[in-house]
Amino acid sequence: MELLVNSVLLMLLVATAGALVVVRGLLASTMLTSVYGLLSASFFVTMDAVDVAFTEAAVGAGVSPLLLLLTVAAIGRGEPRAAGALPILAIVLVTITGALLIIGTLDMPPFGSADAPAHTHVAPRYLQLSGEEIGIPNVVTSVLASYRAFDTLGEVLVIFTAGVAVLLILATPGQRGSARPRYTPGSHSEPHTILQVVSKILIPFILLFALYVQFHGEYGPGGGFQAGVIFASGIILYGLLYGLPTVCRVVRPAVVETLAAVGVLLYGTTGLLAMLDGRPFLDYSVFAANPVLGQHIGILLVELGVGITVASVITVIYYAFANQFEMAEG
Amino acid sequence: MDVLSYFNYWVVVVLMMLGFFIVIARANLVKKLIGLNIFQTSVFILYISTGKVAGGAAPILTEGVTLYSNPLPHVLILTAIVVGIATTSVGLALVIRIHAAYGSVNQNDILQQDQQC
Repeated sequence: MELLVNSVLLMLLVATAGALVVVRGLLASTMLTSVYGLLSASFFVTMDAVDVAFTEAAVGAGVSPLLLLLTVAAIGRGEPRAAGALPILAIVLVTITGALLIIGTLDMPPFGSADAPAHTHVAPRYLQLSGEEIGIPNVVTSVLASYRAFDTLGEVLVIFTAGVAVLLILATPGQRGSARPRYTPGSHSEPHTILQVVSKILIPFILLFALYVQFHGEYGPGGGFQAGVIFASGIILYGLLYGLPTVCRVVRPAVVETLAAVGVLLYGTTGLLAMLDGRPFLDYSVFAANPVLGQHIGILLVELGVGITVASVITVIYYAFANQFEMAEG
Repeated sequence: MDVLSYFNYWVVVVLMMLGFFIVIARANLVKKLIGLNIFQTSVFILYISTGKVAGGAAPILTEGVTLYSNPLPHVLILTAIVVGIATTSVGLALVIRIHAAYGSVNQNDILQQDQQC
């Protein structure tokens, strides 16, 4: 049964990707990207990767198509061009590469086998000892925020840098930061009354759910990355329905831009505190005499840093793109 | 040889090649980024498929469960997804600036304008 669901989802993914090859219009492509994200999230659930599915559902089906939509709106949809000559060279190249890769897969261990090389190296140690050493049930969180916390710091830095890069690329002369719109009451021309009422009911729960995912990530699926994206999507929903000037009045761009840096700083400081005590970077035993309690505090701080940075960077990126769209409009 | 035991890997290859095809054969820059996204997701699917253990449970420690799927690929991919959206948005920002400078996001138009200069 599980195998059947797996195969069906994979076939649907291939069909969606095939449709993306054929479709020329950018708007249709964006919608298909959203379908693709939702399908891959469902696939990750069948593969037991619940944390990954969580992230992909928020990013792949929500934020990523939204940024594509804002880009398409800012640059204009353009005229879909008539299909030109068949790109024979590209087809030949893709077929040859694909065939070689398929020959390569025959050397892979069979799908699902428990003695595959990937499961024999460090993973058994994580599964057997993390309950004792870290004391939290979610092994993914243990690995993410404790065993491989240094990697995660690097990834958070990449996300922060990407946010800064978007700000620099989209900056216009005479305007600093992501968006500084001027608010005039009642400036929003087209009220979407039903959507606005429904979203007003929904947004508090979305934000509350994000906090739950943030602080419950040690016990169930979740953590800073997922919570950050969900929190940002609550803010983005507000912005979509009430307009950029309104959301910028509620959640000030200058504050969000600062918070993006504060998250990284919190993460880095957590690591440095251990160094002040003469221990290795990111050694959580500095926080409490009991090493398991120290791990708890360390993971909490680090995940909080991740959550703050991810939520702020996604919001800042949204502001920057929505600002481009508003400029294209007016 | 059981066909089903390699099915996931073959789908990964097909998805990767479809993404690759979009990147090299479509002239629209937004479309190219979508192709790159598909390419990226195919790598995610490869990692997550490798991490699956038949009959295993999600890697959240529970009483009475002894067989779990591999948590390490999950950690790598869940961070990669968020890094992926951040880097994609850098690409989209570049597309917006290219459109402002050239008035087009079609690769052929941009190259033509570059040659005329």
